[in-house]
Amino acid sequence: MRLCAPLAIIGLIIVTLAAAPASAERLIVSVSNHRVTVTPNYSGGELVLFGSVEKDDKTPSNRTNYDLVVTVSGPRADMVTRRKERRFGIWINTDSRQFLQVPGYLALFSNRPFDQIASPDVQRRQQLGLNNVLLMQRVGPDFADVVPNDPFRSAFVRLRSEHGLYREATSAVTFLTPTLFRTGIPLPAEVPIGTYNVEIKLFSEGALVTKTESAFEIVKIGFEQFVATTARQNGLVYGLVTAFMALMTGWMASIVFRKD
Amino acid sequence: MQLYLPIADIPVNVFLILAMGAAVGFVSGMFGIGGGFLMTPLLIFVGIAPAVAVASVASHIAASSFSGAISYWRRRAIDPLLAAVLLVGGTLGTALGVWTFTLLRSLGQLDLMIALSYVILLTTVGGLMFWEGLRAMLRARGGRPVTLRKPGSHGWIHGLPLKLRFKRSKIYLSVIPVVVVGLVIGFIGAVMGIGGGFILVPLMIYVLRVPTSTVIGTSMVLTLVTMVFATMLHAVTNHLVDAVLALILMIGGVTGAQFGARAGQRIRGEHLRLLLGLLVLAVGIRFAVELVIRPQDLYSIRETGGAPP
Repeated sequence: MRLCAPLAIIGLIIVTLAAAPASAERLIVSVSNHRVTVTPNYSGGELVLFGSVEKDDKTPSNRTNYDLVVTVSGPRADMVTRRKERRFGIWINTDSRQFLQVPGYLALFSNRPFDQIASPDVQRRQQLGLNNVLLMQRVGPDFADVVPNDPFRSAFVRLRSEHGLYREATSAVTFLTPTLFRTGIPLPAEVPIGTYNVEIKLFSEGALVTKTESAFEIVKIGFEQFVATTARQNGLVYGLVTAFMALMTGWMASIVFRKD
Repeated sequence: MQLYLPIADIPVNVFLILAMGAAVGFVSGMFGIGGGFLMTPLLIFVGIAPAVAVASVASHIAASSFSGAISYWRRRAIDPLLAAVLLVGGTLGTALGVWTFTLLRSLGQLDLMIALSYVILLTTVGGLMFWEGLRAMLRARGGRPVTLRKPGSHGWIHGLPLKLRFKRSKIYLSVIPVVVVGLVIGFIGAVMGIGGGFILVPLMIYVLRVPTSTVIGTSMVLTLVTMVFATMLHAVTNHLVDAVLALILMIGGVTGAQFGARAGQRIRGEHLRLLLGLLVLAVGIRFAVELVIRPQDLYSIRETGGAPP
C-alpha cells in the first residue's frame, strides 16, 4: 500500500508538467493565514486567498478576460468506500473500492463554470472540477481513476461533500478589478490535520496561461497536540494515565457523595 | 460550549456529552450496571467514530464502577475470592476481545459485528429479564414468595471438579464455570465497549447461584478491572482512547449514578428487573431495526490509514 503513494504523486507530477506553458503573466497570491491552529474551542474557520495577475511587456495588451481556478487539497490518506447489500435479510458491507492517497480535503473554486473556462479536454488535463480531479483507485490489479459517474467514485465524492470536505464552487472567485482577485477557503470542523496545498491556475480564452502554488497548514497546538502525540507515541503511559484518571474520578465521586 | 476532542478529531458540545453521561449514569446507578450498552450507541449517534466510542467508554465505565465498588466494599458486599477467580477469566477474555476488535476493524466488518452482537445479546438478555421480572411480579401479586435460589437444586455445574469455598458468598463451587463466565464477559466488554454488568449479574445469579447480597458488588469489581485493562489495551494497540471525551463522560456519569442509586432504592426489585429488561430489549430492537431496514445511504467511507502526521 505504501508503494501506491509515490505512484499517485508521480502520476500527478507528469500530468501537471505536461501542461506547463510559457507564460507572460505572473500570479502573486497569499493566504490570509499560513498556520491554522486547532485549540480546544476550534470549530472550523475560513481562510481568504487573495492575489493579483501581474502583466509584463510580453503580455498581449488586449488580454483582459482572465479565468481563475483555485484547487485546495488537504493531507492525503488511503480510504475505502464500502457498499452495503442485503444478505440473509440484513444489510452488510459487501463490495468495496480502495482509494489511494486521496486528499482528505479537496476544494475547487473558480470565477465561472468550468465548461465556460475551457474545453472538456483541457478541463480533464488540468483537473478542473471534482469530476476531473484524479482520484487514484485500486481497480483489480491496476491503479487508475475511473469515469466520473462510476458508482463508487460518485458516492465517495458525494459523501465527502456532505461533510463539507470536498467542495466545488464555480462562483467563489471574485475579480475585484480585472487583475485583482480573492476567494474564501471554508474549513469545516472535521478537516484533517496537516499540510494543505493551494494551486492557482490562470486561464485565458480556454488555455492555461500560468499557475502558482501556495500552502497552509492546520496544526494541533498545546494541549490537543500533546494529547494526540502522547496517545500515538506513548500508548502505555497514555493508557495508564487515562485509567488512573478514571479511578480518581470514581474515588472523588464516592467521597463527594458519601452519605455515611 | 464547543470543545475540540484531540483523538476523535471533532468538536462536540460539552454540555451535551455531560448530559449524556449523567443520563446514562442515572440509569446505571439505578440498576447497578455499567451502562456502556447505552453510552456507546449514543456517542456513535452524535458523530464519534465507533472505534473511538468503544475505546473511550471503557474508561468511563471504569470510573463509574470504581465509585460503586468503593461503596459496596464499605458494606462488605464484595466477595474478594470470587472476584479474583472471575478476573482470571476476565483478563484473558479482554485480551482476546481487543485482539478480535483490531482484526475486525481491519476486515471492515467491525460496525456489522458490533451491531449484530448488540442485537443478539440485548434482545436475548432483555427478553429473559423482562420475562423473569414479569413472572416474579405476578408471583408476588399472587401472594407466593419470590425465591431466586432454590435450595437443593444442583445442576451439572455443581458437579465440576476444582471446587473452592467462597466464604463471603457462602457457596462451594468449581472454579471452571466462574473462569468461563469471566472470560465471556471480558471478551464481550472489549469488543462491544460495554462493561457487561447486565449480563454478568443474571449469569452470577442463575448459573453460579451467587447470593444477591454479594452479586452486584462483586460484578462491579470485575467490570472495574476488565475495563481498566481494556482501556490500557485499546490505548496501546489502537491508540483510540480519547481522554478528554472520557473525562467529560466520567464526570457526568458518576454524578448521575449517585442520583440513580437513590432512585433505584425506592423501586421494588422485581419492578426494577422488569424495567431494566424493557430498556435492554428496546436498545436491542433498535439495533435490529437498523440492520433490517434499507439504510439511507448504502455507501460509507472509512480511512484506512496512510497520511503520516
